[in-house]
Amino acid sequence: MEKMPKWADVVLIPLINLTIAFALSALVIWAIGENPWNAVKMMVNGALGSTYGWGYTLYYATNFLFTGLAVAVAFQASLFNIGGEGQAAMGGLGVALVALFIPFPHWSIAIVFALAGGALFGAAWAFLPAWLQAKRGSHIVITTIMFNFIAAALINYVLVNKLRPAGSMDPASATFPDSTHLPTFHDMLAPLGIAFSKSAPVNITLLIGLALAVGVWFLLWRTKLGYEIRAFGKNQDASTYAGISVTRITIIAMMISGAIAGMMSVNNTMGESERLILNSVEGAGFIGIAVALMGRNHPFGVLLAALLFGFLYQGGGELALWTKIPRELITVIQALVIMFTGALDNMVRDPIERAFIRAAKRRKAAS
Amino acid sequence: MDYVSILQIFDSGVRLATPLLFACLAGLFSERAGIFDIGLEGKILVSAMFAAAIATFTGSVWIGLLAGVAGSLVFSVMHGIASITFRGNQLISGVALNFLASGITVLIAQAWFGLGGRTPGLSGSERFLPIDLPGAEALAGVPVLGPLYKELISGHTLLVYVALLMVPVSWFVLYRTRFGLRLRAVGENPAAVDTAGVSVVRLRYSSMLIAGVLCGLAGVYLSTGLGAGFGKEMSAGRGYIALAALIFAKWRPWYALGATMLFGLLEAVANRYQNIDMGGFIVPVQFMQALPYILTVIILAGFVGKAIPPRAGGQPYVKER
Repeated sequence: MEKMPKWADVVLIPLINLTIAFALSALVIWAIGENPWNAVKMMVNGALGSTYGWGYTLYYATNFLFTGLAVAVAFQASLFNIGGEGQAAMGGLGVALVALFIPFPHWSIAIVFALAGGALFGAAWAFLPAWLQAKRGSHIVITTIMFNFIAAALINYVLVNKLRPAGSMDPASATFPDSTHLPTFHDMLAPLGIAFSKSAPVNITLLIGLALAVGVWFLLWRTKLGYEIRAFGKNQDASTYAGISVTRITIIAMMISGAIAGMMSVNNTMGESERLILNSVEGAGFIGIAVALMGRNHPFGVLLAALLFGFLYQGGGELALWTKIPRELITVIQALVIMFTGALDNMVRDPIERAFIRAAKRRKAAS
Repeated sequence: MDYVSILQIFDSGVRLATPLLFACLAGLFSERAGIFDIGLEGKILVSAMFAAAIATFTGSVWIGLLAGVAGSLVFSVMHGIASITFRGNQLISGVALNFLASGITVLIAQAWFGLGGRTPGLSGSERFLPIDLPGAEALAGVPVLGPLYKELISGHTLLVYVALLMVPVSWFVLYRTRFGLRLRAVGENPAAVDTAGVSVVRLRYSSMLIAGVLCGLAGVYLSTGLGAGFGKEMSAGRGYIALAALIFAKWRPWYALGATMLFGLLEAVANRYQNIDMGGFIVPVQFMQALPYILTVIILAGFVGKAIPPRAGGQPYVKER
């Protein structure tokens, strides 16, 4: 059986998919009466034209890096985790409880506990759907969607009835103590003599995210567990035959996924708002799906995709500020990216694969 | 609690259940044919926006209805192209379409009306108005049955009655026609249907079109019957609740009626009472809001009767070569 070269699979096809998605986005901008070229210039300027823009771009990218890795790990085990949103929200609760109720002497200790708290809550929220999938055959997509809604209701309840400070009307927790304040890029770069915007929220969590990406790569491609996860994802029957436990891998892969999604909340809850607010995840869990699909479920691909979506998010925000194009344009772009890199992948893949195979045959015939 | 307020809660429950019922039946047709449809939510939203926008422009709710259904159909066909023609992942396609709907509705509404993603409020002939069934006023004085007839049965908009009518119609189409038999077969074992010389692709596309029309009606009702105009994200998760109801109903039309009515009623109760005091123990409103999802998870877990989905659901059909 002839195959197409690996570079076509890893680079060429995603690139064509993305080009189609962005071309259609440009068409949408044009259709609502704005100039797509100006819009792109404004987005680049707003997202990358200043350290303030960079600070927000990287801040959003951090969120998407975490959620993208979370979705990618589950995808590797062929589990579609739509529950990143709920797991990250619950992670936020874990982070908030740690930050509010444990007195920390220094942020460096606080962040370790906050990561653990977020990971624990996120993993716990992923456990039940995983267990139900493995043991009772309940479809993980449906259960994780349901768990997103249940998490939203639960957080709402906790914020309104338990964590809200007395006398406050705002459904949000109290502000975290100063000792949990994470160093932002401004704080970290100032000693080096580099001036970085003081108001941009990008913080040390980005570096943790980068380390996590390396960790996920190591886990998936350099450990026995990772091998089992990938084997399970490729062919469930064969891996069962090889002695891999369906229940074990389903639950472990989903809990790792949930833990990574939960850790995202260190970035937004502890790093940015410094208190737990309603809807703190703001759809980052869902963007993780687009990021994982675009990144082909590989940590490096996820990183690139997270940066691109960080740029889109910040650039789109600027666009909404200065033009009549609403913020929802990003949602449309995100949808088109998911559609073309995910569901309509075969539309591009089939003809290209045929072309490569034809070319290979012709070469063989000529020689 | 007196009799009339109980009736009023049920009345509101029926109204809130209507979009769920339409969407649930849409999902029923789609999933019975073997196509998972996470995109119900998006279709409802698109239809709600187009129905309200076109009703505003033309002043006629009927043209609005056609526009809404057309919008939903376009999304259905896109889902079909991705999942039937190109054998893509149906779940991913559904997720993408939901995001597309959530973004594009605001973009279009903002471009057309400039109201921050809303459409102007609808009134008069731009909406579906309540229909008073004959004799509702005259019989109101009859004890017990009079108020029941007036409050609960009469006084809904046309689409509510259409939705209820769709239950026996769906049942008939699925269980008493040749088309229905083939549709159900294609969701269980498409290869067998193909062997019998019936086109799997055509059957699955037909199911997508039926789902598109039904979901369209759900959206039309939302913005022109239940509400008076379109607002950002106005579907508010109803597509997902319909999906939950579909599982609750074990993919059967009459059960779908029961499940959506139950979920509609839960929403009506949650709207009316913020926190319910059950003899010292207070049930928080958030629990009521989460109840449909919790019930669905319990049903899915198979602890209360097993919900078995159509066997070929979610798998693209590849003809053997």
